[in-house]
Amino acid sequence: MSATQDLEYRTTKSSISNAQIALLLVIAAVVLACLKPWLPAWLIRVPVEAIPPYEGWLDALFNFIKDDLGLIHLTRALSDALENVLDVTANLLYGRRRWPNIGPIPWSAVAAVVAVLAYYLGGWRLAALAAFTCIWTASIGQWDLAMQTMSVLVVAAPIAILTGLIFGILAWRYRTFDKALRPVLSVLQTLPFFTYLLPAVIFFKVGPTAGAVATIVFAIPPMILMTTLGLRKVPEEIIEAGKMCGSTKWQMLFRVQLPSARTEILVGVNQVIMLCLAMVVLTAFIGMPGLGAKLLAMMGSFKIGRSFEIGITIVLLAIMLDRMSKAWVYKQPIHFQRGAPWWRKHQFALLGFALFVVFILLSELFPILSEVTRKQSLSQGKEIDKAIKSFLAIDGIRAVTEWLRWFLNVWVLIPFRNALLWIPTSAFILVIMAFGWWLAGKREALIAGLFFAIIASTGWWDRAVITLYTVISAVTLATLIGIPLGILASRSPRWAERTLLACDTAQTFPSFIYLIPAIMLFGVNDVAVVFSILIFATVPLTRYTIEGLRTVPAEITEASDMSGANKKQKLSFVQLPLALPTMAVGFNQAINFAFFMVIIAAFIGTQDLGQELQRTLAGTDLGKNFVLGMDVALMALSFDIIVRKWTETRKKALGLD
Amino acid sequence: MKRFAKTSIACVALSIAAVTGHAADSSDPIVIPIHNWSSQIVMSNVVGQIFEAAGNNVEYVTTDSQAVYESVRTGDVALELEVWEGAFGASFRAALEKGGLHDAGDHDAVTREDWWYPMWTKEACPGLPSWEALNACADKFATAETGDKGRYLDGPVDWLKHGQERVAALDMNFVVVNAGSAAALWAEIGAAEADKRPVVVFNWTPNFAEAVWPGEFVEFPAWEEGCDKDPAVGPNPDALFDCGNPAEGYLKKAAWDGMKDKWPNAYCVLQNISFTNPQIAEMAKLVDTDELEPEEAATEWLEANQEAVVAPWVQACAS
Repeated sequence: MSATQDLEYRTTKSSISNAQIALLLVIAAVVLACLKPWLPAWLIRVPVEAIPPYEGWLDALFNFIKDDLGLIHLTRALSDALENVLDVTANLLYGRRRWPNIGPIPWSAVAAVVAVLAYYLGGWRLAALAAFTCIWTASIGQWDLAMQTMSVLVVAAPIAILTGLIFGILAWRYRTFDKALRPVLSVLQTLPFFTYLLPAVIFFKVGPTAGAVATIVFAIPPMILMTTLGLRKVPEEIIEAGKMCGSTKWQMLFRVQLPSARTEILVGVNQVIMLCLAMVVLTAFIGMPGLGAKLLAMMGSFKIGRSFEIGITIVLLAIMLDRMSKAWVYKQPIHFQRGAPWWRKHQFALLGFALFVVFILLSELFPILSEVTRKQSLSQGKEIDKAIKSFLAIDGIRAVTEWLRWFLNVWVLIPFRNALLWIPTSAFILVIMAFGWWLAGKREALIAGLFFAIIASTGWWDRAVITLYTVISAVTLATLIGIPLGILASRSPRWAERTLLACDTAQTFPSFIYLIPAIMLFGVNDVAVVFSILIFATVPLTRYTIEGLRTVPAEITEASDMSGANKKQKLSFVQLPLALPTMAVGFNQAINFAFFMVIIAAFIGTQDLGQELQRTLAGTDLGKNFVLGMDVALMALSFDIIVRKWTETRKKALGLD
Repeated sequence: MKRFAKTSIACVALSIAAVTGHAADSSDPIVIPIHNWSSQIVMSNVVGQIFEAAGNNVEYVTTDSQAVYESVRTGDVALELEVWEGAFGASFRAALEKGGLHDAGDHDAVTREDWWYPMWTKEACPGLPSWEALNACADKFATAETGDKGRYLDGPVDWLKHGQERVAALDMNFVVVNAGSAAALWAEIGAAEADKRPVVVFNWTPNFAEAVWPGEFVEFPAWEEGCDKDPAVGPNPDALFDCGNPAEGYLKKAAWDGMKDKWPNAYCVLQNISFTNPQIAEMAKLVDTDELEPEEAATEWLEANQEAVVAPWVQACAS
């Protein structure tokens, strides 16, 4: 029996028994649920007296680390150092009165340099995009705000990239370090944002420093993972060649391995940049200046139009930086002929510098090139407000949303929530384990069971179930919308491109802005919450469906054409099964996004963990804050582990990896 | 005019320093926190500009309005200009107990936070603003998910508004739903405005919303001292929270304990600063209706109120 057959045999065999075990677990859960009236109380909910005082322990531990071990002195010293750097960028970009006291640089000069850089990386189209973004930002009157944001990001992103690179190299060199780091990264990626807030403020001082630190922590995981991945993939031959040239360990790393892993590392860089921009609004809660802070202020005084404009600026900045960093991935280093003149080697740097100087001089003559004031700006805030209001006043829209609100609330969401809350904790955990066993296997099922048992033991079970119910509802709806949309879009490459662009936009548009239209359409209730998550969760599903279908090998689709399959058969028997593992990655991301967004939806008004987390911000309940954050992280991790494992097995079985 | 205003404050301040020989303020920036509502942002800028005119360095930092007290305590920010009794009283008291900040006096302005409705609601329920009348037309406020009970949109849970308790204590035919943020409240009113649907939500004064949507507070049984602690107080002898919120809640300033020693002059001025309701409404209006940027609004306000309002605060620190 060959190796592949053997693998096939084993997976099929174990998947049958896995399904059977899952079925047994479900039956056990149903029996438990039916016996609810006669069950002992501790099987229905963990009794209050059995709940360990995690919060007190964590508070004590936290204070010990902070004061007795003196970590706070270290972090405060770090934040002072960071502040010095931030002061410099703040002075240059928006003229904060700090050393070196020469800023702000006129917007037109910055725009010129960015456009030249974009041209160097990706040609005219990219240069046009960059120029448009800068001109839009300035003419809408948000240049100053955008630069306040950028002054932090231009410091935070390189730190995140550099630290990520170092950690990634260490994790690749030392297996044990990698093993220790992985779980930490997983938790970091799933911990709700509200849990970063308080520690960031306490350890790093409210203001741009805390904003920068929170951004770095949030953005670092993919950089580490991609670096490790890239280094692992360096072909043996290249390393051999490096050895033959007699390179030392360091030369090997810097001259051979890191350059060979360039593509993966740059993908990591791209991820860092995108995550940094995703944090622009959330970090405004802890003192990050700029677009995010303005957005919150605008939303606080019900100026939808202007918050919308800020959203567009953020999207444009994100898309510009995303395209530029991607262009950098594809751009291979240029090698000049020996003896090429100096100016030719550095032509773009020279051009950029020349334009920079020209525009600085021009802006002395024409002040509008240096600053567009509020009165000159083209902001259409009030008009957008009016448009939104008149859109909402259309009878048809009202009737549809009223009906949806009634139908979803009364017939779907509320009954579903009540049913989940009715299930005894013990039965619930069994169902989760069954799910894990069915999709992944014994190990994952036990981990998920353990995680949910821990959640039950923290005493926040009901709230956790409500969080989970919202996530399940939103992801289910997102699947129903996102996958058909992806299938439809992938029929023609042009539509696929357009849909992917729409996905990018929807994803970088600050999630906060979704909250307002959600409420205006559906009012403060679960439908609005699910709707706001839905937008966010649909994006990865559509994106990965398109990607999955696009990457089905052409030979296979041709083979199915030749065997006479019609379009529908080809889709359901050939393309979809092959695309399924990729789609599962999208599904996994959708769940993670949903867990991220459900906490933010606390700003609409929920009764789940997010609401309780929001409440802890008022006091300084660090212990409780952390317990709640871990509850969310554990739920997200359970699903993450199960879906990931399933994807791996499927890929192996299909021979796709 | 603007320059004149600034110089005149500076002159007063300098003369104070010269005459009294006060210890000079530290040159470190006084960090003032700003939040996400306009009156607070403008007020912070006004006070910042007063400090700057007196020769201090000032910086602003955006923070969460609840988490800010932790930062005042540690001295990361020097003060907080709007401590609302209702919304932030709890956070403020918690921080006060831990130590590090103190009460730097009240504003003249009083605050009121209670059930509120926009004017068009009165057409559906003419007996308003009495709470009994509101209760009688509870069905006008019903929505899909509340059945035939009325729906009241309360403030976020962390504002501790006790809407639930009041509904129970007064046996009202209402379901209380908590909004998650101020923005959620505005979105709800904004959506109701489109078809003039009756709504009753949590609201407060002074607030920009007064200018956008005229409306009134619901008149509950008047607040009596102890209504929140002693069941006997109020119409229902067995329940707490059976009366309206105090119609005149405080609006405080809070200061970091170290501020007095580090910036004695600025601290003295801070103690004297006291804004009134119309002044706060004016500040909010400059930003919300006239669409000025907060800094410009602050400068404009200072120009208009320099002589009558601000100068005495600064001069009082001379003696």
